[in-house]
Amino acid sequence: MRGIPPLLGSPLALRSLSRAMFVGFVRDRAALVFSILIPVLFLALFGSIYKSTDAAKISVIEVGRVALLDQAEAAAPAQLGRIMTVSRSTDLAAALDAVRKGSDDAAVQQHGHTLVVHYSIADQTTAGIVQAVFSSIVQQADAAAAGRTGGYQLTASQVEDKSLQPIQYIAPGLLGWAIASGGAFGAAITLVSWRQTKLLRRLRLAPVSVGSVVLARVGLSLVLALVQLAVFLAIATLPYFGLRLSADWWMAIPVVLCGTLAFMSIGLLVGAFTTSQQAATAIANVIILPMAFLGGAFVPLDFAPAWIRDVSYAMPLRYLVTGMQNVMARGEGAASALPAIGILLALAAVLTAISVRVFRWDSV
Amino acid sequence: MVTAMPTAISVRGLRKSYGPVLAVTGVSFDVEVGEFFGILGPNGAGKTTTLEIVEGLREPDDGELTVLGLTPWPRNPALLPRIGVQLQASSFFERLTAREQIRTFASLYGVPAGRADGMLDTVGLTESANVRAEKLSGGQAQRLSIACALVHDPELVFLDEPTGALDPQARRNLWDLLRQINADGRTVVLTTHHMDEAETLCDRVAIMDHGAILQLGAPAALVRAIDSPVRISVESGQLPAADARLLWPGAVTDDGVSLTIATREPAPVLAGLADRRALAGLRVQGATLEDVFLELTGREYRA
Repeated sequence: MRGIPPLLGSPLALRSLSRAMFVGFVRDRAALVFSILIPVLFLALFGSIYKSTDAAKISVIEVGRVALLDQAEAAAPAQLGRIMTVSRSTDLAAALDAVRKGSDDAAVQQHGHTLVVHYSIADQTTAGIVQAVFSSIVQQADAAAAGRTGGYQLTASQVEDKSLQPIQYIAPGLLGWAIASGGAFGAAITLVSWRQTKLLRRLRLAPVSVGSVVLARVGLSLVLALVQLAVFLAIATLPYFGLRLSADWWMAIPVVLCGTLAFMSIGLLVGAFTTSQQAATAIANVIILPMAFLGGAFVPLDFAPAWIRDVSYAMPLRYLVTGMQNVMARGEGAASALPAIGILLALAAVLTAISVRVFRWDSV
Repeated sequence: MVTAMPTAISVRGLRKSYGPVLAVTGVSFDVEVGEFFGILGPNGAGKTTTLEIVEGLREPDDGELTVLGLTPWPRNPALLPRIGVQLQASSFFERLTAREQIRTFASLYGVPAGRADGMLDTVGLTESANVRAEKLSGGQAQRLSIACALVHDPELVFLDEPTGALDPQARRNLWDLLRQINADGRTVVLTTHHMDEAETLCDRVAIMDHGAILQLGAPAALVRAIDSPVRISVESGQLPAADARLLWPGAVTDDGVSLTIATREPAPVLAGLADRRALAGLRVQGATLEDVFLELTGREYRA
């Protein structure tokens, strides 16, 4: 006679349950479309839209008096005005800070015959335009002053970049939304439909542990989340979109896994309180969609109004998105993701504990 | 040892209520090893609740219960491999084929894939092995669900309304399969609201209504016990109804199509009809379990 270990059943049962769920999922075209194709289309769409707006004029801060720039402006105001806007400042530190943050594209100084251009390479297109514009200004000044003075020199100085190019926050934001949806909808709909078809009850009558059933489903969601991560990274790092991964990007993997657990626990709770797939889908939508706007997935928190930034702290999605952004795109160290991981795991633990208490095998 | 066990199921004074609703109000019965036992009654009679308690899916409010000598509640890991439960025909993994379904269930019981495929053959689904469960016909899905319940060769099989929503031909095919399961030596417990199904398949039936067992016994014995008349009918026009009334005691009716004589002494009636060469369209109907239900409850049986 076979007994059942209290939590986890036989490896054979776990393996075959995992296989059954995985095969069932892969054959579900709608699920594949919703969990992978649509988020990727969003990524391509947003990535392209925000990319094209970048070809605008460059904005330059003139620090102190830059005679060369003034001459060029005086010589051809219309021409220059089409490609750059110039503001004036005497504070170099403030100007460099503006470049660093991305609110201006370059800060320019003149020391004697040397033109010093500070710019950021966060956006390589803009950086290229800055370099081209100033080297042409210097060449023209050289040509005009030929023989009389010692010639002008251009010194390009790169400013360390802290601003994020659109793709750097679009990719983690949309990925966070995709993972949150996949986890929450997956758990909620699975629970409700298994209760409806009485498969849950059938499994309860088989000598298989609850742990095996749960683990198989969680395993499926974790694998799905990793596939989502891989597909997103593969597409966003294409030269066309230009996502540049920071050194510690691999830390996004545990963030993704913990985020999946957290959102599955939300789905589990939704599934515990609903009796139809339609209701489960509707309620999961009501939770996930506003969170995508308020948690920094659709609207980058850097540009969001202050109230959204305040509200975002209550959104689990915020921690998934910012956790990934920090290590993938902002170049922060691996440890910067630890608070997000801790919060997501704590949420998963609390909600799962509640779900276990309100869990029902049957709809009656 | 299974053979040493006199009873497969023993139920005493089972009670269960859902809030104010009394679903089961003191049910007692025994099922012998190897028996085909039916629980019969209209919807809402309490048969499914009774079955669920016996299977270990629900905790009874009161009463004593052993299944194969064990207590099913709380979930008893020692009992689960020995019982097979067929639920609705939709209790499958989504988007898996018939073969994948049964192999998955088999592996939950540590049964090898070869035996799972053999069980598919037993229920006549080998040709549909690569069809997804959602695409099977009602009868095929029902067979698959029974195959999944039998794949680990359980001693005791529970079938809850196995032929509900099937067409008559599919029902009869399934009956053959159910008889075979029982003939293989398994104890079978079946709930149904079809009187004819219980009569055809079961060694004994418990007739339930309003959460209680009204009568329990072999279908033929139950029918005989109510001493209801035999209905003999022939085509109208062979014998005037008035003559029939004079000849035999019992109720005589003629609706223009059939002359029907309800009598507790069929022999002289049949002989008399034969003498008068009035046997065209002859039908003789004994009482059925529906008459038993009518007798017990005073109302027509409506499934």
